[in-house]
Amino acid sequence: MDAIDATLPPPVNYLNAQHGIKSWLLTRDHKRIALLYLFGITFFFVLGGIFAALIRLELLTPAGDLMEAETYNKMFTLHGVIMIFFFLIPSIPATLGNFLVPIMIGAKDLAFPRINLLSWYIYMVGGLFTIAVIVLGGVDTGWTFYTPYSTAASNTHVVLTGLGVFITGFSSILTGLNFIVTIHRMRAPGMTWFRLPLFIWSHYATALIMVLGTPVIAITVLLVAAERVLHLGLFDPKLGGDPVLFQHLFWFYSHPAVYIMILPAMGVISELVAAFSRKAIFGYNFVAFASLAIALIGFLVWGHHMFVSSQSVYAGLVFSFLSFLVAIPSAVKVFNWTATMYKGSISFQAPIMYVFGFMGLFLVGGLTGLFLASVGLDVHVHDTYFVVAHFHYIMVGGAIMGFQGGLHYWWPKIFGRKYPEGWAKLAALVIFVGFNLTFFPQFLLGYLGMPRRYYAYPPEFQVLNIMSTAGASVLAIGYLIPAIYFAWSLKYGELAEANPWGAKGLEWTIPSPPPTYNFEETPVITEPPYNYTPEFVASVTAASRPEVELG
Amino acid sequence: MADAQAHAQDLEPTALQHQFDSLEQQFDASVLGMWVFLVTEIMFFGGLFMAYIVYRTWYPDSFAAGSHHLDVTLGMTNTMVLIASSLTMALAVWAGQQGNRFRQVLFLGLTLLFGFAFLGIKAYEYWEKFQDHLVPGPNFVWDGPGNPHAVQIFYSLYFAMTGLHALHMVVGAGIMITLLVMAARGRFTRQWSTPLEIGGLYWHFVDIVWIFLFPLLYLIERHV
Repeated sequence: MDAIDATLPPPVNYLNAQHGIKSWLLTRDHKRIALLYLFGITFFFVLGGIFAALIRLELLTPAGDLMEAETYNKMFTLHGVIMIFFFLIPSIPATLGNFLVPIMIGAKDLAFPRINLLSWYIYMVGGLFTIAVIVLGGVDTGWTFYTPYSTAASNTHVVLTGLGVFITGFSSILTGLNFIVTIHRMRAPGMTWFRLPLFIWSHYATALIMVLGTPVIAITVLLVAAERVLHLGLFDPKLGGDPVLFQHLFWFYSHPAVYIMILPAMGVISELVAAFSRKAIFGYNFVAFASLAIALIGFLVWGHHMFVSSQSVYAGLVFSFLSFLVAIPSAVKVFNWTATMYKGSISFQAPIMYVFGFMGLFLVGGLTGLFLASVGLDVHVHDTYFVVAHFHYIMVGGAIMGFQGGLHYWWPKIFGRKYPEGWAKLAALVIFVGFNLTFFPQFLLGYLGMPRRYYAYPPEFQVLNIMSTAGASVLAIGYLIPAIYFAWSLKYGELAEANPWGAKGLEWTIPSPPPTYNFEETPVITEPPYNYTPEFVASVTAASRPEVELG
Repeated sequence: MADAQAHAQDLEPTALQHQFDSLEQQFDASVLGMWVFLVTEIMFFGGLFMAYIVYRTWYPDSFAAGSHHLDVTLGMTNTMVLIASSLTMALAVWAGQQGNRFRQVLFLGLTLLFGFAFLGIKAYEYWEKFQDHLVPGPNFVWDGPGNPHAVQIFYSLYFAMTGLHALHMVVGAGIMITLLVMAARGRFTRQWSTPLEIGGLYWHFVDIVWIFLFPLLYLIERHV
């Protein structure tokens, strides 16, 4: 499994093996489906970003001058629905995961290629429903669809939005199912569970959540739709129902959904830390089991969203305690990544800058999560911008940083061309600065008492809101730069060899871009993961790379 | 060319699909895939069971009163029909392992027949409820004992749970028809009968859901 010498891209690879739009729309190649998903999530990221921009513009001034309250409600609802269900949840698993899971375990494809393609079509159909909602006038319930507002009061397109979420949920279920079966049944000879890259472990944990959680939100939004159309009374207190039951069912999925977003990013970070420190991951078993622990404990903490929703004090305390528990496996990961870097031979290239960004932002997001898990403090900051800042630090600062880092790291493998390193470093820096400028002021705003989901606010909050809007502009530029140089690199980027980073892992032993069936013959694995032996490191450092020794 | 090969393999399912190394691996993956799918189904029904638990705890008397209007005889008959269909399904899988085409067709046919019988009886029950204004929504009328709102919630859950189950039966009937055609064409051999095996898993799962639904919905009164 030593590095293959730099070779030109093979004449036939998965990108040029077939031509024409039909060869893409009917493909069963996991790598092509990953790119179809990349296309889809990029579209929805831009769409969700536009709504975010409109929100930040409205909040530039205390008065509601850009739009009416009702319009503003639709803006943050559509921003949330699109970013969560159509961008963050499929982001890493359906693109990088789809591309890399079979390759990393030495398989030719996922176990069910046709189901994989089907999942993309289901995702797109769900997306069309959401686009229809936008065209027809929007929805204003918040992405949480809380009853009885969503079932009895709102006069916007709740049912259509719910159906979009319901449908796209099945794409998530099918992706999770495919990953679980693939990881169990398709590993190459010698690829034992404890030789799996940590990217695989985190995707396995993610797939468990997708499979166990998503059906619950599916049935829940169906019940909301039925309740709204027929007034059954299931969630309406006037008709004998319990709106809090909706919250329980909703958060039973939607809290673990946060781990669907962050676990794959953690998998990416594990790969990047090892590759750019040229060291085996410190405490591999701990990091692997931490993924499973996060997935399992993550199913037991949903009540921390309901501390002020008439939940009993006893239940609140139990959920508070369980929420603190999730911090342990999360901290294990951060400590182990740090320990991996210690005395590592770190090369400062764009992907690891995203790793640093991830670790800093995830740390802030995670620790403020502990604030919110404390019942007393949560009552104070509940439904304020403190919460908004917290979950953006996890979802944007964590998940998107991981996604960007992974995209840079595997870009040469996926497209066979390198991105411009200087621009990439600049973009990483701009994103980090822009992100903090956008969201750190929101912690302060929330602590001072500015509630979320209002289109106007008292004048004393304006300075911090201007900072936040200015930060959002910087952040937008930070996302625009990679969009431009990635597109540029497809045609003009330097050709990438098989292993441009000098990294371990099966994906770096095959050509860039890979051939359709990945491996000419099924590889046999004989060594532990991240086996950066001195000989291997010496052989790859012979190639000229910018190096900084720490130690 | 690769696609043409893949296409040819689809037409000949006994052949190994490109992503697998052996028929055994392919079989194991298919079976595990179906089991994982069934787990998602449990969670899907689970949301409804959760709602049932909450509201039955809140409104035990109204639930009993609502349950009183369900036809236990028809429910019991349907339970028997489904248990019989599970037996014929198991026999069909066994016939598949033996490669006996006649028995596969016979038992799959019987399973399908039982499935239709179940759906027919269920449709009749729904029609009765419709006549009695017990379908939740604007036309719901309840003047019996208990809280009318709570009884409507009982009937909402009754229709949601049995309706979702009936939908699974319809899908199951579609699967049975597909399997029947494949069996009649002699596609299942001693070496390869994977669709029969995983179709059987699905069918048994749908039966088991009913085994839970029947007492929870029809027999409440006999418990309280």
